[in-house]
Amino acid sequence: MHHKTIVELAKGLRSGEYSSLELTHFFLDRIKQHRQLNAFITVTEELAHQAAKAADIRLAKGDAELLTGIPIAHKDIFCTDGIKTSCASKMLDNFIGPYNATVVEKLNHAGTVMLGKLNMDEFAMGSSNETSYYGIVKNPWDNTAIPGGSSGGSAAAVAARLTVCATGTDTGGSIRQPAAHCGITGLKPTYGRVSRYGMIAYASSLDQGGPMARSAEDAAILLQAMAGFDEKDSTSVDCPVPDYHSALNNALDGLKIGLPKEFFGAGLSNEVAVILELAINEYRKLGAEIKEVSIPNLQYAIPAYYVIAPAECSANLSRFDGVRFGYRCNNPADITDMYTRSRGEGFGKEVKRRILMGTYALSAGYYDAYYLKAQKIRRLISNDFNNAFAEVDVIMGPVTPSPAFAIGEKIDDPVAMYLSDIYTIAINLAGIPAISVPAGFAGTKPVGLQIIGNYFAEDRLLNIAHRYQQVTDWHQQSPKDFG
Amino acid sequence: MSLTAEDVTKIAHLARLGIKDQDRDSYAKDLTKILDLMTQMSELYTNDITPMAHPMEQEQRLRRDIVTELDNREKFQRCAPQIEAGLYLVPKVIE
Repeated sequence: MHHKTIVELAKGLRSGEYSSLELTHFFLDRIKQHRQLNAFITVTEELAHQAAKAADIRLAKGDAELLTGIPIAHKDIFCTDGIKTSCASKMLDNFIGPYNATVVEKLNHAGTVMLGKLNMDEFAMGSSNETSYYGIVKNPWDNTAIPGGSSGGSAAAVAARLTVCATGTDTGGSIRQPAAHCGITGLKPTYGRVSRYGMIAYASSLDQGGPMARSAEDAAILLQAMAGFDEKDSTSVDCPVPDYHSALNNALDGLKIGLPKEFFGAGLSNEVAVILELAINEYRKLGAEIKEVSIPNLQYAIPAYYVIAPAECSANLSRFDGVRFGYRCNNPADITDMYTRSRGEGFGKEVKRRILMGTYALSAGYYDAYYLKAQKIRRLISNDFNNAFAEVDVIMGPVTPSPAFAIGEKIDDPVAMYLSDIYTIAINLAGIPAISVPAGFAGTKPVGLQIIGNYFAEDRLLNIAHRYQQVTDWHQQSPKDFG
Repeated sequence: MSLTAEDVTKIAHLARLGIKDQDRDSYAKDLTKILDLMTQMSELYTNDITPMAHPMEQEQRLRRDIVTELDNREKFQRCAPQIEAGLYLVPKVIE
């Protein structure tokens, strides 16, 4: 049952093969059975029962949607009404969400059944899930390897089939990189496509929520329910949401694929390069034309990102001061002591590092040299993508330089960790969409292919990913320890 | 550019962020490495480039000045560390 797709499960629910309640029990049992994966921070068993019963009523009445009765789990960055929303931080360990994020609200409305809240890097700051207050998530394919981050719990849970699908967020690669490392499909939409309301902010001009699923088709179904204009998010874009599902089977004849030479340079491991070459060959067979393009400023994306994101983080995280919500230290001597110790004790090391970096970059005398300079480089990178999209329809490349690294390998070297984000962060700086698709294995570890599109080209990306998944079965492989 | 433990103290004060004395050196070392990475940016000539603050170049939307939210004070204050009579309590500020 756990290998079925959303469309297959929807059929089973309608034919009476199983009820949503049975399906929900089945997945809750799997979650219990595989606790050691540490993918979940909170399991919402009681609420899942209620939601499943409500879904069964909707199904019986015939007013169900495609997602009605389908089990899902949310990254613990999305606020959930009445349910602990921790952002994997000690700071919010006692925080019960007072309202639902728009994404959660929309998916509830569609009738999905929430199984729980998923582990992640603390405040989404990390590329390995090692910064979580609740401990590391293991990679279902290799328990000595990181699952990726920051949406590591989402990727691991979907890969291990502990949930049918999940939500994630992507500020610098946090959907695509764990999707690649865990062998699932993850889409970062165009900035503004999915509402950020109720999604705990890290770097507001980069953060974007998106679907994490087993296939492009499942991701399309999820995105359909998640996307759309939201008055409650001032950066939400008011433009119609296309029918993602109906575009999936469009032919790829004449599709122009650009391969940026900077994505295939010295930093890329040979094992990933070989797999990508095979994937691109599949696209040739599907009728695509391949062309070399260039993103000349790619290497500057890392320094620009690691100025902009920490700067925005230092401003966003100033709200955690021990006054209105979250952790407060014991016996503060005075109000400054209360702020300082609450924040010092409530935040973990990587979050503190980024707050310090951001505070420094924004402090008097340094603003022009760091933040303003980074914003100018952001423009140059965006221009690079515009120029490439004048020549080709989509861009393809790696998601990560190498397969999932070992737990502990990079956690003490922040710069080495940051450099591993080279192929994902430029996309967030430009605000364009990109999808990570399973494309093969390096030994036992999955490797992802990244497909990057122009603004609002999610329908095209899903179509291109789906056609590939029609002729390959990488996305159907599942880790052997999880049946 | 290299940061010292004293610099870390200054920056941490600006951010009202408690850093343990024994950790200052390691933060100074990490931030120095990160700043070294940032200095790569100076290789690029950007004098005539307009900074990009928002990927969509979208202007801030305005809405009509009407009440749209209900009063949820009680609900929101349920997650506060210390409240009394609808107010958030903090250590004494005025002597």
